Amino acid sequence: MYVYDEYDHKIIGERVAQFRRQTERYLAGEIPDEQFLPIRLQNGLYIQRLAPMLRIAVPYGMLNSRQLRKLAHITRHYDKGYCHVTTRQNIQLNWPQLAEVPDILAELASVEMHAVQTSGNCIRNVTTDQFAGVAPDEIIDPRPYCEIIRQWSTFHPEFAFLPRKFKIAVAGTTADRAAIHFHDIGLQLLVNDAGETGFRVLVGGGLGRTPVIGSVIREFLPEKDILTYLEAILRIYNLHGRRDNKFKARIKILVKAMGAETFAAKVEEEWSHLRDGAAQLTEAEILKNKRFFTEPDYNRGLDDTNEMAHINRFRADNPEFANWLGHNTHAHKIPGYRAVTLSLKLTGVAPGDLTDTQLETIADLADTYAFGEIRTTHNQNVVLADVPVATLYELWQALKTAGFATPNVGTLTDIICCPGGDFCSLANAKSIPIAEAIQREFDDLDYLYDLGPIELNISGCMNACGHHHIGHIGILGVDKKGQEFYQVQLGGSSGYNAALGKVLGPAFGSDDMPRVIRTIIDVFVSVREPDEAFLDVFNRIGIEPFKETVYAKAH
Amino acid sequence: MPKLTNLGIIEHNPWQIAAKDRTFGDELLTGDYWLIHAEQYALNADRLNNVTSVGLWLDTDDNVELYRDAIEQSTVVAVYFPVFSDGRSFSNARLLRERLRFQGELLAIGAFMQDQLFYLRRCGIDSFLIDDADSAKIESMKISLADFSEVYQSSCDQPLPLFRRRAN
Repeated sequence: MYVYDEYDHKIIGERVAQFRRQTERYLAGEIPDEQFLPIRLQNGLYIQRLAPMLRIAVPYGMLNSRQLRKLAHITRHYDKGYCHVTTRQNIQLNWPQLAEVPDILAELASVEMHAVQTSGNCIRNVTTDQFAGVAPDEIIDPRPYCEIIRQWSTFHPEFAFLPRKFKIAVAGTTADRAAIHFHDIGLQLLVNDAGETGFRVLVGGGLGRTPVIGSVIREFLPEKDILTYLEAILRIYNLHGRRDNKFKARIKILVKAMGAETFAAKVEEEWSHLRDGAAQLTEAEILKNKRFFTEPDYNRGLDDTNEMAHINRFRADNPEFANWLGHNTHAHKIPGYRAVTLSLKLTGVAPGDLTDTQLETIADLADTYAFGEIRTTHNQNVVLADVPVATLYELWQALKTAGFATPNVGTLTDIICCPGGDFCSLANAKSIPIAEAIQREFDDLDYLYDLGPIELNISGCMNACGHHHIGHIGILGVDKKGQEFYQVQLGGSSGYNAALGKVLGPAFGSDDMPRVIRTIIDVFVSVREPDEAFLDVFNRIGIEPFKETVYAKAH
Repeated sequence: MPKLTNLGIIEHNPWQIAAKDRTFGDELLTGDYWLIHAEQYALNADRLNNVTSVGLWLDTDDNVELYRDAIEQSTVVAVYFPVFSDGRSFSNARLLRERLRFQGELLAIGAFMQDQLFYLRRCGIDSFLIDDADSAKIESMKISLADFSEVYQSSCDQPLPLFRRRAN
């Protein structure tokens, strides 16, 4: 993990002091509301339906146990004892008091955390793959580059008043678990034929009202040029992005309007002035950041089969454990280790929520089993990335007690769900009750497993924080004449073969939703070939069979 | 309209700012201090050679390259903020300094807010023309100008990014 030096401490400390003073000035009536808005947003503070909401940054999803314990304390002391993991790997508090936020930020700073630029028209948290550094299919660990980009973007003086928010994601594998095709800038790490590390650069992807898959503007950018190149892109966006219409202000609109080739040419031209400047990365800086993300003290020389043999004896007697092993643990590049997903999708609990005691439990488990490190995922779960296989049964028992062992990772009920109408003033409809209703409808685990991998994503409004456009099944809450309705989409995908979901047809009432999903699944099951995945079936047969059946049954 | 420098000093502000569509003639040579829009300056460039009482201002959507010659001639350039949320002048300020190598006095005018002063300073602004309505806040503004003593990325005020300066 990155460790702050005196410079980082100083800069973040000065930020806390700045916001403390800004809050005092605001409460004393010296800053008008509309001016305080960008100030508080760039410190993570939203005013929401029920209470202010504070979005805490989790840079590229990495946390340690000390930070989790501090978060537990913060939720207890300043909030209602729980927090929420978001689809951009950040953590949200739903009930802080405005006057106390500077104190919260000071507490966060003491464990090297912050809420910098987690909202506002600026560069946001850089996100990546929750298995960065441990995935067997990893080409290059993206985390050092995420950290380098994070620092460059933090308090960047030129880009704090962009036309709109700006989101960057980095992928270190071709599987792209970071959804780089759906970010303002997506960066694919790769090694070229000459053995040099660099990036394929995509620009202009995004979800929301006008979902778009990003365009490649450069096939290979040497790693040393990443900051100067990003600066060129941001400057073109800052100068030419639309400012007349909030809903047409993202870079995806600019890229579409200009055409990707023209946009790329403009970036190259601007970059030609910047590329040899002092912001060019040095090998030393790249190496220095890589050293923060070196491998933990693994037990080398383990034989994977031997290690699995130790715990396999528990599988036979314990189908629950077997299910969990199969769905919630993942391959690791080091023999004898697994990555473990803690499912935060227990039925009856809002997806992605964690209480203070749960935070502390996870901290303890991380210390015992996973070198004290945790990752947040963009599907609102949490990962212990480096767990020795031999300890998996023991860990599973602890997770079960703590409520994190629902063996549904990657299945239909591992739902991505935004906070929705229960919490969010932007929402058209509640999303959490829909997630719960669907989870209750599909409570037969064996059946769930038979269905194979299905990604179901729910958003309470067109802002698409639940990423419904890229779910295999996507649900969008809409407001029809003051009533909550739900539109269903099929066939979205955020992997390498990125695709946007197609709308099934007219929206449904909330009571209909479990039946609608059940019908969609029934169609899938009736036509699938053995072990054929939902997405593959959809791509094979198209939307019509689903449409016909769902709407036929409605009459 | 007081003038606050980026070092926190209050100076006399001689400048009147001309509306964008106002045309000028010989009144530019009376010695009155005018900031006129770059388009107007360009039209009057010949007569304004060595006239230090007239400077130019750039609108938020102006392309600095278009006015290269005018900018090179003028001793004072101002970048305008119609609203604080329009951040284009931050980029224009940097381009003026780093691309066009403007070495004269760079002013920020318009609706920028106190909590942008530090960033504006970083982008090469020398002085800020403060609305009379805000003049009571000038002491507070001086503090905001110094919000941070260290920065991560390079800009006009610090050509080296932190990674080239911090000890390894």
